[in-house]
Amino acid sequence: MSTALPLYAQLINLFAAVILLLAFAMLAQRRVLLLIDLFALQGFTLFLSTLVVAVKTGQHHLYWSAGLTLLLKVLLLPWILHRLVRKLQIKGEVEPLINIPTTMLVGIGLVIIAFNVALPISQLSHTITRGTLGIALAVVMLAFLMMITRKKAITQVVGFLSMENGLFLAATSATYGMPMVVELGIALDVLVGAIILGVFFFQIRDQFDSLDIHHMERLKDN
Amino acid sequence: MPNLLAIDYLLIAASAWAVIGLIGLVAPRNTRFIAKILFPIGAAVGLLAGSVALLALGGTPQTAVLVIGLPDLPFHLRLDNLSAIFILLLGMVAAGISVYAAGYFREGEGTAPGLLCLEYHVFLASMLLVLLADDAYAFMVAWETMALSSFFLVTTNHQQESIRRAGFLYLLIAHVGAIAILLSFGVMTSGSGDYSFAGMRAQQLSPFWASVAYLLALAGFGAKAGLLPLHVWLPEAHPAAPSPVSALMSGVMLKTAIYGLLRVSFDLVGTPLWWWGVVALAVGLATALFGVLYATVQSDMKRLLAYSSIENIGLLGVGIGLALIFHSYRMEGLAALALTAVFYHSLAHAGFKSLLFLCTGSVLHATKERSLGKLGGLIHRMPWVAWLALVGVLASAGLPPLSGFVSEWLLLQGFLFSPGLPHAWLNMVVPVAAAVVALVAAVAGFAMVKFYGIIFLGQMRETSLKHAHDAGPWEKAGLVWLALITVLLGVLPATVILRIDAATRQLLGAGLAERLQEHGWWMLAPISPERASYEPIIFLVTIVLSVWLGRWLVHHLYHGRTRRSPAWDCGYHFQGPRAQDTAEGFSQPIRRIFEPMFRMARHFPTARDKQPYYSVQVEDHFWHWLYLPIARLANWLSTLITSLQGGRIAIYLMYSFITLILLILVARP
Amino acid sequence: MMISLSGLLGQIFSIALALVLAPLLTGWVGMCRAWLQSRSAPPLLQPYYMLRKLFNKDVVLAHGASSLFRVAPFVVFGCMVLACAIIPSLSTNLPLAPAADALALVGVFGLARVFIALAAMDIGTSFGTLGGRREMLIGFLAEPALLMVIFTVAMIVQSTSITTIVETLGHRELAIHPSLAFAGIAFTFVSLAENARVPVDNPATHLELTMIHEAMILEYSGRHLALIEWAAALKLYAYSCLGLALFFPWGIAGGDSFLALLAALPLLLLKLVIGGSVLALIETVSAKMRIFRAPEFLGTAFLLAVLGLLVRLLLELKA
Repeated sequence: MSTALPLYAQLINLFAAVILLLAFAMLAQRRVLLLIDLFALQGFTLFLSTLVVAVKTGQHHLYWSAGLTLLLKVLLLPWILHRLVRKLQIKGEVEPLINIPTTMLVGIGLVIIAFNVALPISQLSHTITRGTLGIALAVVMLAFLMMITRKKAITQVVGFLSMENGLFLAATSATYGMPMVVELGIALDVLVGAIILGVFFFQIRDQFDSLDIHHMERLKDN
Repeated sequence: MPNLLAIDYLLIAASAWAVIGLIGLVAPRNTRFIAKILFPIGAAVGLLAGSVALLALGGTPQTAVLVIGLPDLPFHLRLDNLSAIFILLLGMVAAGISVYAAGYFREGEGTAPGLLCLEYHVFLASMLLVLLADDAYAFMVAWETMALSSFFLVTTNHQQESIRRAGFLYLLIAHVGAIAILLSFGVMTSGSGDYSFAGMRAQQLSPFWASVAYLLALAGFGAKAGLLPLHVWLPEAHPAAPSPVSALMSGVMLKTAIYGLLRVSFDLVGTPLWWWGVVALAVGLATALFGVLYATVQSDMKRLLAYSSIENIGLLGVGIGLALIFHSYRMEGLAALALTAVFYHSLAHAGFKSLLFLCTGSVLHATKERSLGKLGGLIHRMPWVAWLALVGVLASAGLPPLSGFVSEWLLLQGFLFSPGLPHAWLNMVVPVAAAVVALVAAVAGFAMVKFYGIIFLGQMRETSLKHAHDAGPWEKAGLVWLALITVLLGVLPATVILRIDAATRQLLGAGLAERLQEHGWWMLAPISPERASYEPIIFLVTIVLSVWLGRWLVHHLYHGRTRRSPAWDCGYHFQGPRAQDTAEGFSQPIRRIFEPMFRMARHFPTARDKQPYYSVQVEDHFWHWLYLPIARLANWLSTLITSLQGGRIAIYLMYSFITLILLILVARP
Repeated sequence: MMISLSGLLGQIFSIALALVLAPLLTGWVGMCRAWLQSRSAPPLLQPYYMLRKLFNKDVVLAHGASSLFRVAPFVVFGCMVLACAIIPSLSTNLPLAPAADALALVGVFGLARVFIALAAMDIGTSFGTLGGRREMLIGFLAEPALLMVIFTVAMIVQSTSITTIVETLGHRELAIHPSLAFAGIAFTFVSLAENARVPVDNPATHLELTMIHEAMILEYSGRHLALIEWAAALKLYAYSCLGLALFFPWGIAGGDSFLALLAALPLLLLKLVIGGSVLALIETVSAKMRIFRAPEFLGTAFLLAVLGLLVRLLLELKA
């Protein structure tokens, strides 16, 4: 029973659940700015959970990665995205390709799949919070789903970043962190990726006067 | 008086029904004699059969051999607890329907009354024999008699083309189902040639063949019960039949299919595999959701009820699936919980759905109208029917303290245990299935409010409704009897479950009786009162008490003055009956939310229309994606075969001759 | 049945308390809303004044009203009294509690809903049927969500009996259940919808296109309307107490001594005051949705509850 779990493990589970909740909230969200705020909130929850793991295990590099999460995913990236939205004058509503309830239903299905697929894998781990592996996988899948079902390019970037959140969660909570080098590398990748995508946005808009990725379909004919 | 066993009384009942039917043939045109004398006697026979079955519950199985039929192939009959429950259902419900029918059947409606009487009672007798049969031969004979007699009953008003078509569709699917059942029996004998059920029980089938037998049975009985995708006959045949027949078909005949499925999967085929339950659960869920959604969008009151029957059959499928899953993991206590829910829901549905069908019969006779768009306000003209229908409606919506809620409650309690299943996927997917069950139950409430509100409440949509009259005494008696069953099943769940526990115990070796006996008759606590309990009688008393106390207090502390005035018209004084919601308007939210589920043909008025109108027609996807392609295929094949026909006798003779020669060549001693 | 005298008294006390506190809670929410919207607030006792006024008025029945129309307010009121009787507010020692567990409680709310929707259809005005249809729409979306919330909690406690839930959750060592977070959010959504609150319905409007609850009761007047308003207040109280019982069960007395009840009372009042102001805050900061956004809103609640169930199964059973 769960009451046997120590407090820190309960906290990590709680944060993992909140991250999943936020992933769903992002899936259901129609407004771009709120979507970015939700992403920031997800990053903040990830920061908290990493911090708990760091305090518990006393691994110094986890403090670093927690700080990095805070800096990058809570402050820097949302700020960049906010600026992008304002600069590009993206309209408030995200237009989903599939209606939102259906997306959510598919999301539930994905969660069930993720949980069951992660189950045998998590048996390999010896940490007490290995259950969060399923959640991490679910977050990755939900982010993927968001990227598939939205029209606007900016939501796809948010989806991409949220996917990385899921991976990070798996790394910290389930296995108590990867080597520092790997984490730094990923963090850098994400940053560079976001910046490159930002540049792309401008290019796409200049080309098509819109950020709707439907216009990209025209490219294949050329 | 010789010492007769329960099964002998039941055989007497079956023969009595057959004799009553035959007497009807003696005076086929004497409506008065047939309706007022023969049908009430039939009702008494039903009551006898039901009581005998009730007393036989919990006893040891009894067998009998009837030496009719083919030489060396006698009918084996057996009365065990599983049969007894369904005979109880048949007898009690048939009693109410027959009493009602005594007031319902009139002269000049389609088939001659005498013939109708024969068909009706043969139908009853054949259902009784289906429930008693103990070998495949007797079962199939009774099953086919049941299908044929009900076919003739459905086509009572055979002058109408649409009714003939409905009857044909019914007969077709019934036979497809019968073939599947026959094959299933064949697989279960596994070549031993012993077609008795005892012989099938003794067979040790390999998992593959057991699965084949189970799936064939599911398809065959599913066709009769109305499981997806073999449900299409149900919404056609039920509205076509006269109301007592619809009531009998929906309330009782569908349950014989449930009986058959239970008989095969829990009794004959051996230990189930876990995925059998999953299949039944999935099909049941799909059927329930489909049925309830289509019920909400119907504009014909009997079609609405027919779809609602599909929903209830779906719920029964869910219960059977859950019980099979638990049973396959040897969690017999939990399987007993789910199986009890199945039995209870069978009984409950038989009661309230018959009640509702009979109410539509009364409405039909009073108004000559089946379309919801032309009814309304009947509570003023038909208070008896309206208030009794309310009982059925509340039970059908799964509301406490009536019968529908008890089975739903038991089923949900069963689902609450499903995370304990020792299977990685099942213990996550099955609890989610409970969410769908909850949704189905809630949408059923929507459908039932529509049904009741549009027929009985509001203003009368047609002026002719002013001449509607309430049901006659016979009809009232039948309705009251069924409403009583519904209320009692709702209020006394513990008492009823203690009776039907014998059947659960027979199939699973476990039951709920021990736990229930620890508490009083008023309390339903299948596991323990700390875990879950439901006391409908206290529930009912509290609500009635607070209603009564509230009324008393309000009327004594304050004045009870009441004035009458016209309804508020919002400053727009054309608030005629036409301003009310129509049946289509009421279900608009459902059509909108679940749009992909329906195949809709709509016509919207435009601003330029001289005579603007709106119409919507909802059709079944299955027709277009499954049945019509099959029909086209069959047509195409038959055109191919037509080319063989030359019309000259010599050519036909040649075909026979070639066949003969081929057979001689192929067949070897 | 063994019912101790003190248990019986406690039961009667909790019903009486519900009858008294329910209008006060409604009044408190109204006050908070007014403050948050910079209006001058109505007095706390406003709902009582209204009830008194309505009881003293004549009942004006429409010509087409049937007996069902006259019975319905009493049935609805009776259902709500029963609901308040079985939800522990002060003490878990309620002799009536075994009569209905959490699943049956959903049924009680359903029964009340069906009756009021039928009564709305009885007169046969366009508003009545419109209200009835919308109420059933909200109902069939909210009911499964509520059931799933209850399922989640019931799986934690291994019981659907509300008193057992409170006893187990309220008197155990601190354990964080992430699934309860999901269930709590879903429950908040459902309560807003079921009590005709702002994102879904507006209790203060008579605007034709938006009203749900008000559309159903347009034809009611006098004592009937008073009972319906009182029942609506009781429903809000019942949902508040249910929410408190499921998610903040601390402080509800286990025994039946009178002192324990008295000790639990201030805490209950405090929780209701906080809950009421939170409700007012939610109502102030959110905008009324179009009616066809309501399914999405409640669908989200339903899915969140299902998600809570899944998280419960993953994290708290497998770990």
